[in-house]
Amino acid sequence: MQRSDYLIRRVFFALATLVVVIGFNFFLFRILPGDPIKSIARSPRLTREAREKLRVDFGLDKPVFFDGERLRKGDVLGAFDTQFTAYVRALLHGNLGISYRSRRDVAEVLAERVWRTVVLVAGAETLALLFGVVLGLVSAWRRGTRLEMTILLWALISWGLPNFFLGIILLLLARGHLPVGGMATPGLKPEHGLAYWADVGRHLILPTLTMAIVYTSSYVLIMRSSVVEVLSEDYILTAKAKGLNTFQILRDHALKNAMLPMVTMVALNLAYTVGGAIQVETVFSWPGIGRLMYDSVQLRDYPILQGTFLLLALSVIVANLLADLLYSVLDPRVKAE
Amino acid sequence: MAILEVRNLSVNYLTDEGTALRAVEGVSFSLEQGRSLGLVGESGCGKTTAMLGILRLLPAEGRIVSGEVVYDGVDLLHVSESEMREYRWGRISIVFQGAMNALNPVRRVGDQIVEAIMLHESVDKRTARGRVDELLGMVGITSERASQYPHQYSGGMRQRAMIAMALACTPNILIADEPTTALDVMIQAQILDLLQKLQKELELCIVLVTHDLGVVAEICDDVLVMYGGKTAEYASADIIYNESLHPYTQRLLEAFPDVENPASTLASIPGYPPPLDALPPGCRFEPRCHRRKDICAVKSPPLLAVNSGHYVACHPDKGRLNGATNR
Amino acid sequence: MQQLREIWRTFRRRPMGIVGALMLFSVVFVAIFAPWLAPYDPDVKIDIDPEDLLAPPDVEHLLGRDDAGKDVLSQLIYGARVSLTVGFVASFMSMFIGTTVGLIAGYIGGRIGNALMRLTDFLLVIPDLPLMLVIISIWGRGLWKIIFVIGVLGWTYNARLVRSQVLSIKERQFVLRARAIGAGSLRIILRHIFPQVLPLILAQAVLSVSGAIIAESSLSFLGLGDPTLVSWGMMLNFAFERAISRMAWWFLLPPGFAIVWVSVGLIMMGTTLEEIVNPRLRTHHLFDPRHMVALIAGVRPRAEAEGAME
Repeated sequence: MQRSDYLIRRVFFALATLVVVIGFNFFLFRILPGDPIKSIARSPRLTREAREKLRVDFGLDKPVFFDGERLRKGDVLGAFDTQFTAYVRALLHGNLGISYRSRRDVAEVLAERVWRTVVLVAGAETLALLFGVVLGLVSAWRRGTRLEMTILLWALISWGLPNFFLGIILLLLARGHLPVGGMATPGLKPEHGLAYWADVGRHLILPTLTMAIVYTSSYVLIMRSSVVEVLSEDYILTAKAKGLNTFQILRDHALKNAMLPMVTMVALNLAYTVGGAIQVETVFSWPGIGRLMYDSVQLRDYPILQGTFLLLALSVIVANLLADLLYSVLDPRVKAE
Repeated sequence: MAILEVRNLSVNYLTDEGTALRAVEGVSFSLEQGRSLGLVGESGCGKTTAMLGILRLLPAEGRIVSGEVVYDGVDLLHVSESEMREYRWGRISIVFQGAMNALNPVRRVGDQIVEAIMLHESVDKRTARGRVDELLGMVGITSERASQYPHQYSGGMRQRAMIAMALACTPNILIADEPTTALDVMIQAQILDLLQKLQKELELCIVLVTHDLGVVAEICDDVLVMYGGKTAEYASADIIYNESLHPYTQRLLEAFPDVENPASTLASIPGYPPPLDALPPGCRFEPRCHRRKDICAVKSPPLLAVNSGHYVACHPDKGRLNGATNR
Repeated sequence: MQQLREIWRTFRRRPMGIVGALMLFSVVFVAIFAPWLAPYDPDVKIDIDPEDLLAPPDVEHLLGRDDAGKDVLSQLIYGARVSLTVGFVASFMSMFIGTTVGLIAGYIGGRIGNALMRLTDFLLVIPDLPLMLVIISIWGRGLWKIIFVIGVLGWTYNARLVRSQVLSIKERQFVLRARAIGAGSLRIILRHIFPQVLPLILAQAVLSVSGAIIAESSLSFLGLGDPTLVSWGMMLNFAFERAISRMAWWFLLPPGFAIVWVSVGLIMMGTTLEEIVNPRLRTHHLFDPRHMVALIAGVRPRAEAEGAME
């Protein structure tokens, strides 16, 4: 099908999903007994200005979804002047509310911690892709051998291995050799410069490794299945007939074709990656968005919880959209003029 | 003087359950310098398998059970894999049927030919590219097309490009496996003319694998008719067309429509080739043979030499095939 | 029925499936006979001396004690009950919802079918664990709440699978004949289509149980499990919060290994079943790449679903 048609459809879908998520997010937190936004707006712990701001921003004295009264009076536009629209408007301005705990802007807290999760996930995905591609290739070529069996067995086991448990195992193993908690050694000053970042890097090792190991297994399997399929194509036989050896065939003919599904797999898996990040960050006390979510659950800091959820859902939606875009670019069927 | 001698080649396929399907059994032929061979038979008769066996390109479940493939004095079945890679393309090359996917769809055609050249000859890229243009020219493709992708070529063009690539390293033998199947008649003729031209100009030995006897008549000096994995008849084209002795060959010839007598109904051979996992104990053609005798169902016919250069696998009638000796 | 017997016959001959089944049944056995197998009552603290807290394994307590002095082995044994219950019930829910949706979407098709599929698409894009986290933290903790949340969010893949299967069965002879003689839709669905789909669902169900067990353990580990019941995930939660600094591996590792054991068993079983049931994936090899991919698709719906969307 036409590439542009396909993309427009996907964009609409993404937007629709986003709307659903926002609505759901809003709705969910409103059904809480003792509506959280309302109760925080009354909290004496905030300054009067802050309370007033909340009230205005989130329209807390207006109806929740829909103003039947005003509609009956013929004021259509006014009928939508509700908490929901106020919420959406606030969202569009980047206003996600105020944290119960810290009384800071939710958006601010998120912005501060986002990069930490990004670094973790990006590092883990890169490692996983690398290992996944190589091991997948190897196990596809060396079918029926011990090596293939071992790889597959291990992939099978990691399937039943929850992320957090692997984290615990690695933590126990590495205790004393690698830092197992936090982002940096407490008390290490100054908080910039090479020594600091090296320290951060060391703290990043275990969490990244944990995530990488889990994701490698799914990439290995995808890659392997992909390579097996590619290897059954005619042009591979031609390559062999030309006198190319195994390595050359894999590198020059099989690899590119086999990697296509991997690319989209990464984005598609992001929803799970996010869940994994929550677990791993919790185990290793890595102060990213995942850990934030865990903490906010423990502390019942609902605005943060709501904001984090929105952020995570948004990133997965965007990632899927990008995956669609990427796929349409790389797939030769869509390439044809 | 034979450049390639295949003796008693047998190839099995192993099934999932472990049984062996005898896809090729005891096939022998010899390829003389300057002569071309047509390998004829129905689909599934083992002709492609035999060719893959010669080049040791069988899939994982294929096994060469016995035989010798002697090229220039060397038995190719017993050289190492790395030595075999030098023979592939450099001495013997192959063009597959349905070149649809035989060329890598994500690489440019020219690059794929260059790859073949660089693999076997120590020339630099520029020279290789020059050769590509030459080769494409030989098959009637303009050199701008070298930088295009296979999907930008028409079917016939792709086949010609495959042929060009197959000649890139000046092989002695070119195996063309059903080069004209899936192409329309006009293109078929083109390809055949091309092959003939190349045969003359380059003194190329062509092994033309096909189910179409008509195609073979034009190009080939010798013909080997296969049935059910075994040789049915093997002789020069002249003899096959004029004095064939095997019932299958005769039927094949009859099935070929006569342009001069278009009124006669098209003959066909009723029945189906034998399934490889349920091969009959006797002659494999027996169920469909119009000249079968009692012995045919029981005993597999040996390959008999009728005069020199004409071999038939058939139980002789009394009086026919006089002077036949066991091969 | 005949089909199921066939499946069993083939299954019997697959080592991977048998091993998986054994692994699963060993856990079921433990769960059922917990009161007889467990050396102590898991909730009772035994002779609390301060040094008994987080005591390492010894003859009387094969897996040592937890931070409250309770026997770890007994907790582990009883924990099987919770984990398995959640796994099976939640999985049943997902399968039920998914199959129903799939049957309707496939058989009726048209606008309703499309709408249902759009719904599944939405759910697929929303990240699982965060959603479950949010819902439970708002709704409250509790065994049935967890089961409900896992069950209600896990039906999408099965729905897609059933739908595509129904689409292909719908046009077959025996269905057309049934319609020709005027059989009602519901009857057709139940008597003709559903039996065809059943084997597929069976294979999926086994796999989804493992997914549910892992989901429950993740939620419990993150502190959202039922506080009155001790599941393996909860044990890990306690262990992690209270025992990690003391490196009490006897408390930390067994529950996790138990989870892995039952999950891997289920996955091996489910994969074998899937291989048998889905002819496209059939192979004689012990491990086949494509059923692994389906496995990925089964436990991680994204990829297959994405492909199925075209």
